[in-house]
Amino acid sequence: MNFGVIVFPGSNCDHDCTHVISSVLGQKAVPVWHKETSLAGLDAIILPGGFSYGDYLRTGAIARFSPVMGAIKTFASEGGMVLGICNGFQILLEAGLLPGAMLRNQSLSFICKDVHIKVENAATPFTGLCESGQVLKIPIAHADGNYYTDPVTLAALQANAQIIFRYCTPDGKVTPDANPNGSLDNIAGIRNAEGNVLGLMPHPERCAEDVLGNDDGRVIFLSMLDALKEAKLKTVVA
Amino acid sequence: MKDSQVITKDIIAQHGLADDEYKKVIEILGREPNFTELGIFSVMWSEHCSYKSSRVHLKKLPTTGPRVVQGPGENAGAVDIGDGLCAVFKMESHNHPSFIEPYQGAATGVGGILRDIFTMGARPIALLDSLRFGLLDRPKNRHLLKGVVSGISAYGNCMGVPTVGGEIAFNEIYSNNPLVNVFCLGIARKDRLFKGTAAGVGNPVLYVGSKTGRDGIHGATMASDSFDEASESKRPTVQVGDPFTEKLLLEACLELMETDLLVGIQDMGAAGLTSSSCEMASRAGNGLELDLTHVPRREPGMTPYELMLSESQERMLMVAKQGKEDEVLRICRKWDLDAAVVGRVTGDGILRVKDQGKVVAEIPAKALAEDGPKYERPNAPPAYQEYLQALNFDALKEPKDYTATLLELLDAPTIASKRWVYQQYDHMVRTNSMVRPGSDAAVLRIKGTNKALAITADCNGRYCVLHPYMGGMIAVAEAARNLVCSGAEPIGLTDCLNFGNPERPEVMWQFILSVEGIADACQAFNVPVVSGNVSFYNETNGLNIYPTPIIGMVGLIEEADKAMTQWFKRAGDAIVLLGATREDVGGTEYLRVVHHREQGEPPYLNLDTEKTLHACTLKLIREGLVQSAHDCSDGGLAVALAECCVSVPTQPLGAVVRLTGYTIRRDALLFGESQSRVVLSVKADAADKVLTIAKAMGVPAAKIGTVGGERLVIDVEASKQASACRVDAELKTLLDRWGNSLERALNQA
Repeated sequence: MNFGVIVFPGSNCDHDCTHVISSVLGQKAVPVWHKETSLAGLDAIILPGGFSYGDYLRTGAIARFSPVMGAIKTFASEGGMVLGICNGFQILLEAGLLPGAMLRNQSLSFICKDVHIKVENAATPFTGLCESGQVLKIPIAHADGNYYTDPVTLAALQANAQIIFRYCTPDGKVTPDANPNGSLDNIAGIRNAEGNVLGLMPHPERCAEDVLGNDDGRVIFLSMLDALKEAKLKTVVA
Repeated sequence: MKDSQVITKDIIAQHGLADDEYKKVIEILGREPNFTELGIFSVMWSEHCSYKSSRVHLKKLPTTGPRVVQGPGENAGAVDIGDGLCAVFKMESHNHPSFIEPYQGAATGVGGILRDIFTMGARPIALLDSLRFGLLDRPKNRHLLKGVVSGISAYGNCMGVPTVGGEIAFNEIYSNNPLVNVFCLGIARKDRLFKGTAAGVGNPVLYVGSKTGRDGIHGATMASDSFDEASESKRPTVQVGDPFTEKLLLEACLELMETDLLVGIQDMGAAGLTSSSCEMASRAGNGLELDLTHVPRREPGMTPYELMLSESQERMLMVAKQGKEDEVLRICRKWDLDAAVVGRVTGDGILRVKDQGKVVAEIPAKALAEDGPKYERPNAPPAYQEYLQALNFDALKEPKDYTATLLELLDAPTIASKRWVYQQYDHMVRTNSMVRPGSDAAVLRIKGTNKALAITADCNGRYCVLHPYMGGMIAVAEAARNLVCSGAEPIGLTDCLNFGNPERPEVMWQFILSVEGIADACQAFNVPVVSGNVSFYNETNGLNIYPTPIIGMVGLIEEADKAMTQWFKRAGDAIVLLGATREDVGGTEYLRVVHHREQGEPPYLNLDTEKTLHACTLKLIREGLVQSAHDCSDGGLAVALAECCVSVPTQPLGAVVRLTGYTIRRDALLFGESQSRVVLSVKADAADKVLTIAKAMGVPAAKIGTVGGERLVIDVEASKQASACRVDAELKTLLDRWGNSLERALNQA
């Protein structure tokens, strides 16, 4: 499978994502420069973390105007799998591919540490190999991860099982103490209504190898690969 | 134009040039300099750029060895780590700017050291910070710490280079002169190292990066002067950082270095365009002609003086192969960077600067870069040295409650957990961080190999003021011990020598002895010094800082899975103490916190003993016999044991320890800082083997306890000379006192 990893000016987790795709998953990782306008030949797209355009304005606010964003919208509207991690998630929000917005962390500081997240919906292409309710230990590293949306949208997210990950305690309790940044409803990751676009603040690519002492994040990439293979199989059969 | 300004005595003094130095300028030029030339000389011959007071002494440092690929003199040093790769590293200070403006001062300190590393063709993979502040009960010091931490966080995080560790110590002496030292490690292909050389007459010289503004003019001169109340008015000499542009510059440079277009490259750090151009020319024995007309600039009306002296950040000077300039410009534009051809390499050895067709400066490049003044300044021990070293330990009472004393030490910000700080740094980006902040050293795996590198930064300034020679040696020994405890063999070091005003004989005395201590320890451990930095004039209102020569050291772990951490792993494991405990209380944190004294001789260090301890610890770790290894340093054995219990990022583990057969005072035994000691935990059935190996190697070793439980209990048995005593604390109490102390101190009203 071919995974496109978008490189915005200021992206800094692009190498980490390509490393996981190629070295851990054994798949092809293709860096995609933000000025590209075509995503031909790619099976899935990852928007990596970083500080696109320095994030001197609202995070992701400039990156959404990058030429490649048009192609990503088309790719997503055709059902292509799009994963946004951290800054990638922020960009997807700004681009309107996911609902809501990011506020500064409640502490007003950058926070880098391991957190626990609960898989609220295992019936998605990004979590297919997880158990529902499974707890993953995954690091966060952001200053703006305090997810916010209006009550109507929140109700819709809840009703449609679009909240995929919630911050929780190590034993899976979704509590205010387990919330590192003040995020609404402990939201760590959401998908779009169609289910093919996912954004999350934690960094699964940072915990996908034994050598780093934690491989809880690997299941997300493996789930994506599994879903892609299945989809391909279906097209072949059809 | 200002350049026609008459050079008066006042103007020369404002530029920090001594009378003799000005005479030398006239001698070199054969005439009076114009205003621009005076500015150029003043920054290049400043202490900061010329190392005029330190050069003669730095020669004592060992700089060679089988692994050394690049020693001092380039933008950074490099050592061979096998697999065709080398580790490229350096440490630099940004003390003065950080005192004047903590956020930007610290941020641009990070930016500067990163450029030093990627200028060499290395991708930066990790940062460390060594910080010193005054005590946190002063609001100003809390403001400085918060500002420095957010500056480092903002710059490093945006760059995507993890800040994986470092150290912070607090002492009132740093109240008006905090220290901000930043270490950076990069990885480069050994056959693709780049140097700052302007080789090849006729080759084009290119300017790449941010536009030049009026910021940071005379930053180098400011950094070469003492401080007083008026120093805050020097804020305009502090540069303003833009990590986003630096990130683009990093990627553009590394992309350029993949091609065959460049001859040499150097970053524009202190003294900006001036130092980069004359140093590159001088290294190649060439000259260089610059045409300022083409220099990208932020505002109109900038004079040649301002353009040459600006320290605007995120800029590089490159020498390209002839005819390749368009190709270089194309790659720079891909990354949206300003870039222009601003000159060419000449064969006459002259740095010639033109503006609008007129020559505005003409100076031999070598005279600026290498022929600056060198001083063997007078040195003498300070009058107070005897008082400092005189300590009547017998007159000091032993604590009544040893548990309370341990908690008090764990609560001292120098010893307490630095979690509040490192959680604000992205310490995981680039996915190499095998051992994160909070252990003796950080460990990074090297992708594409089975290896890992361990890095640490250490220095105890109090030891250095009490005994500069011993303090210098201990700084090296502790850094090496931290690496060894992480399973690494030390392979190279960089130093950042922070001292007071070198024009004071007692400061020079401290400097010379510290350097000798460092040199002797490096010699003994076979660790070469491959890069470094000297920061003098850390003096405010006549008060000089403690001599603080920070040692940044790099160690190699041949098999990454042998990397070791400091915290206990499993209940039932045996605790083994390697090394001997002496009555070393001089200069300890215990003495400062409990008895409010900073006196005495620092702990004794024997280099052979230390070296044997390293060999033994490494052997035990490599043979897979060790579960955890932790160096005994600030706060001594009791603090080390407490840290073994609670520094683990997951579930803490208690311990029951029994110390028998010790005849020394109990406070010295528990809180003394005897060197050459390591606390190990080993599987219960491996304890005998560990003791046998240690004894065979001549390292004192004893099983002192067992891991497990919800408390740390240390029982000291009575001897003929000293009574029994006991430390007994619940883990959650230890965790709270040690873990939350810094945050509490910062949030006090």
